[in-house]
Formats: sequence, C-alpha cells, structure tokens
Amino acid sequence: MLTYNHMVVGLLQAERADRVFHALADGTRRDIVVRTLEGEHSVSALARRYPMSFAAVQKHVAVLEEAGLVTKQRKGREQLVRGNVDTVRLAAQLLDALEAVWRERADRMTEILADPNGGTP
Amino acid sequence: MTVTNVHKDPDALTMAITVELDAPVERAWQLWADPRQLERWWGPPGYPATFVDHDLTVGSRATYYMTSPEGQKHFGWWEVLAVDPPRRLEVRDGFADDTGKPNDDLPVGTMAVTLAERGDRTEMVITSHFPTLQAMEQVLAMGQEEGMIQAIGQIEGILADTPSS
Repeated sequence: MLTYNHMVVGLLQAERADRVFHALADGTRRDIVVRTLEGEHSVSALARRYPMSFAAVQKHVAVLEEAGLVTKQRKGREQLVRGNVDTVRLAAQLLDALEAVWRERADRMTEILADPNGGTP
Repeated sequence: MTVTNVHKDPDALTMAITVELDAPVERAWQLWADPRQLERWWGPPGYPATFVDHDLTVGSRATYYMTSPEGQKHFGWWEVLAVDPPRRLEVRDGFADDTGKPNDDLPVGTMAVTLAERGDRTEMVITSHFPTLQAMEQVLAMGQEEGMIQAIGQIEGILADTPSS
C-alpha cells in the first residue's frame, strides 16, 4: 500500500497522509482528537478517561503530536493537550488520504481491464 | 496516468477523482456491476472484499466484507440511491456489524460514479461526500485501519530483514 502511495502520490504527500491516517486509525486517539478540539485537556485528565495506563495515553498523545493533530504545552506540573487542527485543515488531510485510497483503486481497475481474461474468472 | 484529475473541497467535505480507463463504457461499468470484478479492486491489498449481496437497483442494498489476513471480517454496505447503467451509480455507504446489519452509530457518506465515453476510452468520475468531518474521519480511519497497520508491519519486517509474505 505504501509502495502504491509512493509511486502515485509522491513521497512527501503520502508520508503526511500516512501519519495522519495511522494516528486516526485508533479509537482512543480519535477520541482524544475530538476532545482536545473541544477544549484543552491535561494528559492526566485524559488518562483518567480511558482504561489504560498514564504511559499508554501519553504514547497516544505523542503519536497524535507527531501527526500534527494535537499540540502539547507544559503548564506547571501539567502537560496540556490541545487539538491542533482547524477543521478545514484536517479535512484537507483526510481528503489527501482519501485520494490515495482512490488512486490505488484506479490502479487496480486498470489492471483488471488489462487482464486478457476480462476480469471475470 | 490513470488518474487525470482530483478536485478536493475541504469546506464541502467532498472529493471528486477522475479516472481515465482504457476500455469502452460498457466494459468499465462491469467493474461496478459484476461483483466478482468489484471484489478485485475495492479492498486494499491483503484485504480482499467479498460481496454477499449485490443488486444495483434503486433502494437495494449491497453488503460486503473485507477479510483481514487473520481471517477477521469487516462488514460494509451500500444502498443504491440512483442507477443508470452503464453511465451512473449513486450509493450511500456505511459500515455494518459482524452479521452485515447496518450499524447506525457509524456515519454514512455518499458516493456518486459517472462514466462517459472518450473515444474508445472511458472517463470515470467518482465523487465522495461526507455529511460531517467526523464522518469522514471515521470512514477513512476505519476503512483503512487494517491496511495501514499491515503496511507498517511490512516496513518493520523489511527493516528487520525478515522475509515478508
């Protein structure tokens, strides 16, 4: 899948889409994004919401931060997490990911049409 | 180049992708109308799609599942909103539980496909629209989750210099 992306979308764009994709592929991380878009949350406040360790939640936040979906700011002893994306930018990134999906599908359609058996086994 | 144009409208949560195919319209239509052909391109590599029901008439539902390498089935469905063979198909699409029953908790998008003659080739335009940003986020994340995890696994395998399947 990555190979297809690299061929047709271009390395940088695919990598960016993949990071966002991967970050959003997890239910807890999606939930963190939604919550922190609504308002700032400390990592410890987030950790209380999920049935997992503080360290596990911290790791999810790090993945989101790497994908550019949240920012983290230290305030006293707390680390505050805030959704980093205005909705249009997130939409644009998701549309990039959707584009990659359909480019791959288009490649597979072309392969089927080029198949001398005509696609039907 | 198969994909000749992509138009993305983040405000309208819509993407239109134009694909040029080296086949007449009737032949290209079979990519959608023949479930066995559809199965060969709908799912990402390693996640073959199986269409359980596939009836392209208005009001009908198509039900499919994608099988992960571990054998887990992920169900989805289409509801046909409009159809005009071999030129147009419009469906609502969404996810389903593991019996194929539509899951109302999950968002629903629409997908419109048009096919037009370009000499002996076909121009296919697929327009995807999502009602909300959350819907788009969930559809994308869920539909591709396994594929992405698999791809990442493959990269790790290559880095570790272990043979990959």
